[in-house]
Amino acid sequence: MSKRIEVEDLDVYYGSFLAVEGVSLDIASRTVTALIGPSGCGKSTFLRTLNRMHEVTPGGRVSGSVLIDSEDIYGSKVDPVLVRRQVGMVFQRPNPFPTMSIRDNVLAGVKLTGGRMSRSESDELVESSLTGANLWNEVKDRLDKPGSGLSGGQQQRLCIARAIAVKPDVILMDEPCSALDPISTLAIEDLIEELKNDYTIVIVTHNMQQASRVSDRTAFFNIAGTGKPGKLIEYDDTTTIFSKPSVQATEDYVSGKFG
Amino acid sequence: MNAAERGRSGRTADRIFSGFATGSGALVVVVIGLIALFLLIQAVPSLMANQANFFTSSDFSTGNVEELSFGIRDLLIVTVLSSALALVLAVPVAIGIALFLTQYAPQRLAHGLSIIVDLLAAVPSIVFGLWGTLVLAPAIVPFELWLNGTLGWIPFFARGNVSIEGGGTIFTAGVVLAIMILPIITAVTREVYRQTPRAHMEGALALGATHWEVVRMTVLPFGRSGTIAASMLGLGRALGETIAVLIILRTSATPSMFSLFDGGYTFASKIASAAAEFSQPLSTGAYIAAGFVLFVLTFIVNGIARVVASPGEGGKINWRNALRRHR
Repeated sequence: MSKRIEVEDLDVYYGSFLAVEGVSLDIASRTVTALIGPSGCGKSTFLRTLNRMHEVTPGGRVSGSVLIDSEDIYGSKVDPVLVRRQVGMVFQRPNPFPTMSIRDNVLAGVKLTGGRMSRSESDELVESSLTGANLWNEVKDRLDKPGSGLSGGQQQRLCIARAIAVKPDVILMDEPCSALDPISTLAIEDLIEELKNDYTIVIVTHNMQQASRVSDRTAFFNIAGTGKPGKLIEYDDTTTIFSKPSVQATEDYVSGKFG
Repeated sequence: MNAAERGRSGRTADRIFSGFATGSGALVVVVIGLIALFLLIQAVPSLMANQANFFTSSDFSTGNVEELSFGIRDLLIVTVLSSALALVLAVPVAIGIALFLTQYAPQRLAHGLSIIVDLLAAVPSIVFGLWGTLVLAPAIVPFELWLNGTLGWIPFFARGNVSIEGGGTIFTAGVVLAIMILPIITAVTREVYRQTPRAHMEGALALGATHWEVVRMTVLPFGRSGTIAASMLGLGRALGETIAVLIILRTSATPSMFSLFDGGYTFASKIASAAAEFSQPLSTGAYIAAGFVLFVLTFIVNGIARVVASPGEGGKINWRNALRRHR
């Protein structure tokens, strides 16, 4: 199910403004890659190019290529809707659909693909997805209750369950813990560790300890100044980035000198 | 001024303001109560003198005070049929326009179109009435005949008590009412849809939803209660619309046949048509009794709207969440 990602010389624009410039990196399958860097460096913007969510913003466009298992997701014949079914995303703020029950939230994406499922098949999928998101035991008795009644951490895990229910190849996480308390954060981090066995994960985080705890590889983004494009400064094994990075700016950032 | 003094004057201001707010709230209730009371006091003597059944009679003769004979059967049927038709026609179109303006149209086009839709609300109802009777009525006669020909076995589309060829049917009035209530429904739903949280829409998009699926999963459920509220605003306006309906509908000597191709009067147009007769208190009371029924009807419509809008998931959950947060 998991796939590798190759990004080649990607420029990301908002209208005529170049937000991220010249990113090239390879992400191996079944790994966790953390994107770190100061605010405004373009790491979230870059993440959103990996499932073509960037172009949802008015004026958003890219040049360069993003290959998922050698297929360019920006190819002229590629439907962004299909890309997004293949590349799931979890957002900064938990966003379960408020009018849907927990069960319907999990099934929301699957229902989109139009596949008709029997009640037992969908029951099974709900259970396996919620189990996969470490939420099953907490919600199994109230699957028909609204998802918005859960705590923030549970809502975020519900969103992860919703993402994995469609069996994507890649899961993108945009600061998934920034709105959560430490205990919920730990639960999500443990979950990321488990999800790695099946999925390729790319996570944006502001929390450097989190990056060092959960990721195999880390990409450091930086920005030269306001109005300048963000750039990929260094991309290496997480242990290398946090112990002996090769670029001075990376070292300054991970040691807390700025950012 | 020391802290204690400031605290005292602050508290006085607080008291004045809360008294003012409470008073304003109470005033609304008092005004509505007084209106109802006024209508009842004026209507009761006429109702006592009425020789026909007020609810089932199609008669409305009030010329001779000694022999009052009036009933609201036809007024109720015509009012409800024309307003319901208006609602059925206007709501889907309004939702479509609101979705187009908020979800599909480029920003600049959406802005221009919004202004045009709002302008529609500024057209005086007398103009709608003239247009309806002079332009629309003859123009849609062929369509009405076709409807009557193909769906005539359904009572609503059967021959009514006026000739279809002459125009001026409830159907015509309903179409004109639909156009008249379109702007208000569009304006309210547009504002509600515009407020759909971006996070919900992106959540749906990220699952691989198409544009229409995003609308169906997030915008429409989010705007559900707002859409119902907007429809009820429109329905309220349609129920009470007077002059356009008065001009368009042709009158008939025979009672209503529950058909969209009937003519007749609505509550409002009946009262307006008789304004010149209001010299005798007893005959006036008959019309006031009819007005009272319209008053109650709008109350019932609002009540139903509230019931329908609130137990829907959206409203209920938000309410429950608010309570939880409060604790």
